Amino acid sequence: MARKIGVYVCHCGSNIAGKVDCANVAEFAGNIKDVVVSRDYQFMCSDPGQEMIIRDIRQYGLDRVVVASCSPRLHEKTFQKACARAGLNPYLMQHCCIREHCSWTTADPDEATAKARHIVEAAVERVGEHGELFSREVEVLPDVMVVGAGIAGIQAALDIAKSGHTVHLVEQSPSIGGHMAQFDKTFPTLDCAACISTPKMVAVSQEPNINLLTWSEVEEVTGFVGNYTVTVLRKPRYVNETVCTGCGACLEKCPTKAISEFNEGLGKRKAIYRNSPQAVPNTPVIDGTICKKITKDKCGICATICPTGAIDYEMKERREVFHVGSIVLATGYDAMDPTPLREYGFGKYDNVYTALQFERLNNAVGPTEGRIVLKNGEKPESVAIIHCVGSRDKNYHEYCSRTCCMYALKYDHLIKDKVGHDTKVYNFYIDMRCFGKGYEEFYKRVQEEGVTFIRGRPSEIVQEDGRLVVVGEDTLLGMNVRLPVDMVILCTAMEPRKDVTEVARVFGVAQGQDGFFLEEHPKLGPVSTATDGVFLAGTCQGPKDIPDAVSHASGGAAQAIALAAKGTVSISPTTSWINPDVCVGCQVCVGLCAYSAIEFDERRNIAVINEAMCKGCGSCAGYCPSGAAQIKHFKETQIFNEIDGLLGMIPDWRPPMEEPDAEPVRIPVQTDQPEKRA
Amino acid sequence: MSQEFEPTILAFVCNWCTYTAADLAGTSRMVQQPNLRLVRMMCTGMVDPKYIVKSLLSGADGVLVSGCHPGDCHYINGNYKARRRVKLLNEILPQFGIEKERVKLTWVGASEGNEFAATVNNFINEIRELGPMEARSMAVV
Repeated sequence: MARKIGVYVCHCGSNIAGKVDCANVAEFAGNIKDVVVSRDYQFMCSDPGQEMIIRDIRQYGLDRVVVASCSPRLHEKTFQKACARAGLNPYLMQHCCIREHCSWTTADPDEATAKARHIVEAAVERVGEHGELFSREVEVLPDVMVVGAGIAGIQAALDIAKSGHTVHLVEQSPSIGGHMAQFDKTFPTLDCAACISTPKMVAVSQEPNINLLTWSEVEEVTGFVGNYTVTVLRKPRYVNETVCTGCGACLEKCPTKAISEFNEGLGKRKAIYRNSPQAVPNTPVIDGTICKKITKDKCGICATICPTGAIDYEMKERREVFHVGSIVLATGYDAMDPTPLREYGFGKYDNVYTALQFERLNNAVGPTEGRIVLKNGEKPESVAIIHCVGSRDKNYHEYCSRTCCMYALKYDHLIKDKVGHDTKVYNFYIDMRCFGKGYEEFYKRVQEEGVTFIRGRPSEIVQEDGRLVVVGEDTLLGMNVRLPVDMVILCTAMEPRKDVTEVARVFGVAQGQDGFFLEEHPKLGPVSTATDGVFLAGTCQGPKDIPDAVSHASGGAAQAIALAAKGTVSISPTTSWINPDVCVGCQVCVGLCAYSAIEFDERRNIAVINEAMCKGCGSCAGYCPSGAAQIKHFKETQIFNEIDGLLGMIPDWRPPMEEPDAEPVRIPVQTDQPEKRA
Repeated sequence: MSQEFEPTILAFVCNWCTYTAADLAGTSRMVQQPNLRLVRMMCTGMVDPKYIVKSLLSGADGVLVSGCHPGDCHYINGNYKARRRVKLLNEILPQFGIEKERVKLTWVGASEGNEFAATVNNFINEIRELGPMEARSMAVV
């Protein structure tokens, strides 16, 4: 039976029509076999554009539709829905791209038009082989997992918990709060970081809908949107959380010391420790690598002193399995280690600090109890703050870390405030980027406090006569600068976590070129990922300050709640299908399937697809030696027709005998595929 | 004649990485030579060697298969399967007089728009250098 195909070529304003002669493409398409109507229109995705398609489907009785416009990743759904509104199965529409892959990337208008014609021809040839497909609805489990309990993870978990859904909040360190718990003040309001984050941390521990899993890591994720199975490794804390009262007696007596990670290496902690007195949970953790009892079976003083008998040296790591409908990733960032930038002498000179170290110096519960002092205990008379260390630098990270300008201004103010107004503060900056609410005003305020701003990235820091000297150029004055100071603060870049690649693999999300997790769309999909049901929150997606991380997290939470609230999700029907009449039962596909979605039916001696497990990757179809396995919507006949269409026009130079048949070759492989209604 | 030769190239690209990169290259207006036409697949693992052979026989002078970087496959390991298949095809094709350079496998991640444009332009140049596919005009097939 002849098809009735409608072809719609979009101008996309001048985005396509600026290069491609859309009328010509539409006219060309109108002459392809089975095309009964072919039109071009300024904006196909607009209401009148969609109406045009719907009207034609009804008027001409179209049974196939081809839309040539932007990338199907953008508007395929739009046109599928338009077809559905007209009563046409959405999978009888083929969306082809003549914008991103044609008009925007081709220099010559004639060549662009020719390419667009090939693309449209391919879509017309392909759509003739399309069959009706029906989406499946699957249940969404009500629980949500949030990975990472920094400020973004906390916000996401609280938002989701408020909606009444259970949240499993996984945190790899012994307590929650992330980097924000290390800070002293926050810009531009100078709110005390602990004062605003502690209530949120406590809210997490008191929220009955939040199952807090600290000192834990996600090991494995299986399943699909609505139905993820997550295995969490619970590392041994050696302190029983349910019994411990957090009195802290053990912390005082422990004789073993180690460098404190929480204090960025500036102070010591015990083998049994907690990050701060406000830690949530306030149960300490024993560092099993250095504890004398655990490593050498000596000491054991904490067990003898503990009034509740919470210490358990025999604790083993264990695994817990959770079933959740969606996952919010809030794994955060690492502050870059500036050691490789040897010109700045970090690690070599005593008074060169990283920004996070300086935060700890400032913090009332930090190693100096909030006093800004040099290593020798004296107050600095002059401080240089170097911006963009590792950021906006081809050798390290090309991107801007977005927060450094502002926290540098915060440091300017804090130094003037805490050390004294006669302290000289110098900022070496490239550009001041004060883009947020109240940020520019804060910049103005700090300028008025008598801070010096020098435009230029210093070339090196040297030590002369026991003092640090910052060597650079003031690019506004065009003069070289040699500035002796007592203390240098390096505003180090925010970079992806060290284990980001492994985490990305576990959760099946991609990384961008900068290494951070890749969002679905840089503008309009900043919290979702290419993996349905896995959302992003905070700095794991890219550098953010606190308000941005919090709002991003609320966005991710909203996506997870939306899924859970609806309770069902529609799953693409483009799964594999094994033709039982063709399958010879070789079972090769069974071994190839990465999802164990193929079972072998012993009785009929054929392989059978479990549609609930199949993701439609096509590993089986790509191999199947008998051609029995086919991906719905990517069937062999469909691809062959597409290839024919794309190659339909032969360049002029070829001898005429080489022209392929005008009729596309149709390979007679399984044409009577029954599609099941879900 | 070889001066006038403009190759026709098909690319089978995976939806999650290279197709996305192609979108990005477009959005970023990275001009590419017009010789290449894309076929969107869900995964390089579903690219049946038949598709590649069929393309070569029906008029393509070169075929590019491009997917996610090793380890980044949206479907766990489809790209490894593609790698095996293309490697095998590269062994077999010369026996039919088809240069193995005509079939190429690359990895282009979703955020690598510039990489995509460069890959496309390089491959087109390589095939242009290689010239028209003799095997087809010899009517071996």
